[in-house]
Amino acid sequence: MLAQVSWRNVWRHKLRSSVIIFAVAIGIFAGVFAWAFYKGMMNERVETAISTESSNIQIHQRTYLEDPGIKKFIANGNEIAEKIEKIQGIKGVSKRLLSNAMVTSAEQGTGVMVIGIDPEQEKKVTNISESVSIGTYFKETGKNPVLIGKKLAEKLKIKERSKIVLTLQQLDGTITRAQFRVAGIYNITNSMYEEMNVFVRSQDLAGILQLDASACHEIAVKVVDNNTENVIFNKIKPLFPSLDVKEWRELMPEVSVAEESIDVSMIVFIIVILVGLSLAIINTMLMAVLERVKEIGMLMAIGMTRKRVFNMILLETIFLTITGMVVGIVIASLLSLYFGKTGIDISMGSEVYESMGYTSLIYPVLSAKIIIEVAIMVVIASILSAIYPAWKALKLKPADAIRSDV
Amino acid sequence: MKVIDIKDLYKIYEDNEAEVHAVDGISLSFNEGEFAAIVGPSGSGKTTLLNILGGLDKPTSGEITIGNVKINELPPSKLIDFRLHNIGFVFQAYNLIPVLTAKENVEFIMDLQGRPKAEKEKRTRELLEQVGLGDRLNSRPNRLSGGQQQRVAVARALASRPKFVLADEPTANLDSKSTENLLDIMEKLNREENITFIFSTHDPRVVKKARRVITIEDGKVIKDEAIR
Ligand SMILES: Nc1ncnc2c1ncn2[C@@H]1O[C@H](COP(=O)(O)OP(=O)(O)OP(=O)(O)O)[C@@H](O)[C@H]1O
Ligand SMILES: [Mg+2]
Repeated sequence: MLAQVSWRNVWRHKLRSSVIIFAVAIGIFAGVFAWAFYKGMMNERVETAISTESSNIQIHQRTYLEDPGIKKFIANGNEIAEKIEKIQGIKGVSKRLLSNAMVTSAEQGTGVMVIGIDPEQEKKVTNISESVSIGTYFKETGKNPVLIGKKLAEKLKIKERSKIVLTLQQLDGTITRAQFRVAGIYNITNSMYEEMNVFVRSQDLAGILQLDASACHEIAVKVVDNNTENVIFNKIKPLFPSLDVKEWRELMPEVSVAEESIDVSMIVFIIVILVGLSLAIINTMLMAVLERVKEIGMLMAIGMTRKRVFNMILLETIFLTITGMVVGIVIASLLSLYFGKTGIDISMGSEVYESMGYTSLIYPVLSAKIIIEVAIMVVIASILSAIYPAWKALKLKPADAIRSDV
Repeated sequence: MKVIDIKDLYKIYEDNEAEVHAVDGISLSFNEGEFAAIVGPSGSGKTTLLNILGGLDKPTSGEITIGNVKINELPPSKLIDFRLHNIGFVFQAYNLIPVLTAKENVEFIMDLQGRPKAEKEKRTRELLEQVGLGDRLNSRPNRLSGGQQQRVAVARALASRPKFVLADEPTANLDSKSTENLLDIMEKLNREENITFIFSTHDPRVVKKARRVITIEDGKVIKDEAIR
């Protein structure tokens, strides 16, 4: 019955309560929607990073990542790849040869990373094959085809079928030059990556570098479901104790940190909103207590304990806040659902986001976890806001409060 | 049977060095089933006396025994519970919870006592019928006249099955017809339920209905007479 009294008390001043509910709704909407928005942006970034760049898991020679070099290759690459492919939940395994190179066109030159791949294996691991916008993905059988990024093509002012020269160092240290023909140009959302990475067939690269065909510098593993990555990682790692097995989070710490920091910054953002709202709530509840001094005094006189009076004010505050919160969350959910389908275009014509690997079309992702965390914060904020007004109510002395001449 | 026993009650307010003896040495007792009025000029100490009797205020000194409990010795938390189970209150105004209907207002106090739902509903209906509001169960206080509101307050005061009911100027805001009506209802409940009523008043028409009249002046009982 106390809850009923509290709920009805909220609606005694319809306008006043509505203003607060509206304010809470807007604040919570802003917090929840912003969170969903950045979450969507980050998911996209992580998804892109995994599917075009790092894949889920990579294996190298122990010291390769700190100090890469052509000599630090894995000799029995095929054997390892076969072992991994047998594990459940693996989508693909791709062996790669890696080499720094100078690429020169008729116009100019620049440094790149040459990645030697088995096109069929690589197809199952990254989506570079689907990102070819001009030309083909190693379809032709001609000599030394190369796949380059759109950004690099622009920089070197070269087109499909142009000839480029790669200058690289062989296993024995000799510098060698090899001519390649641009078979295709790929276009992903990360222009920095596009500029830095070119793909060739590993048999071609192995020949130039004078490496064995089964050797590789990197083994990239893609899992079917990203959520199972950790489980699979823990299965693979002990199989190859002499090698360096890493998850994408370790390979791209900047992406991983950015992803984790979203939650922290959004929680801070929502706390700031809630502090502002709490001041308004405290003010409203204080008014509600002070204008009801006689009524509260009467309740204490007829036998309502201090605990119940406190709970009544507390419940009123919680109802007021939660009503606003529910409205805010519903609006944020509906908009997240809608934009989760259509996406929000934030590019405004600029390519700044794309150069950093973020798509400019954002699909907000509102998870139950976000809603639960926001709800917990709101409830805590409303309990804290209730304390001062409720304490004011408790300080009333029934004998003074009900004196008819006061 | 004695319901209330007051011994040597004093209430002294220290107001800017001037001492006000609001209750100045009162000893009184009330038996079960009394219908008593406390009268006296404004400022004579009626409200102060009733508040102390009802455990809403602490005396400066003296003893109040209700049943066999010395309420002046109860700690504040116990006192609230004691009021809830032993004393019914009717105030001059602000008696009811505005957001609850007449029926809910009466049920509310039994709810605080933790009584079962069926009992609450039955007793509420009975009491509201007894005060002539059987047809206004679902009206909120702002839909009721001042007299009707005071009748709901009387029903509420009785709902908790208290040992006695205290009413400080219950008719002060009522017109003469409602005053008469309320007093008749109180008297009828007093007879039917054998419950003690103690009320203060300025109104001679109210005094006429009382069966015992206690006159106070300057915090002292100057006259205590049984009528009829
Ligand atoms: N809280 C207080 N502080 C100081 N003096 C007080 C206080 N409450 C009451 N008094 C004084 O005590 C005396 C008795 O007051 P009380 O209200 O009991 O009189 P009353 O008989 O109920 O008067 P009325 O008929 O006007 O209601 C008055 O002189 C009043 O000024
Ligand atoms: Mg008075």
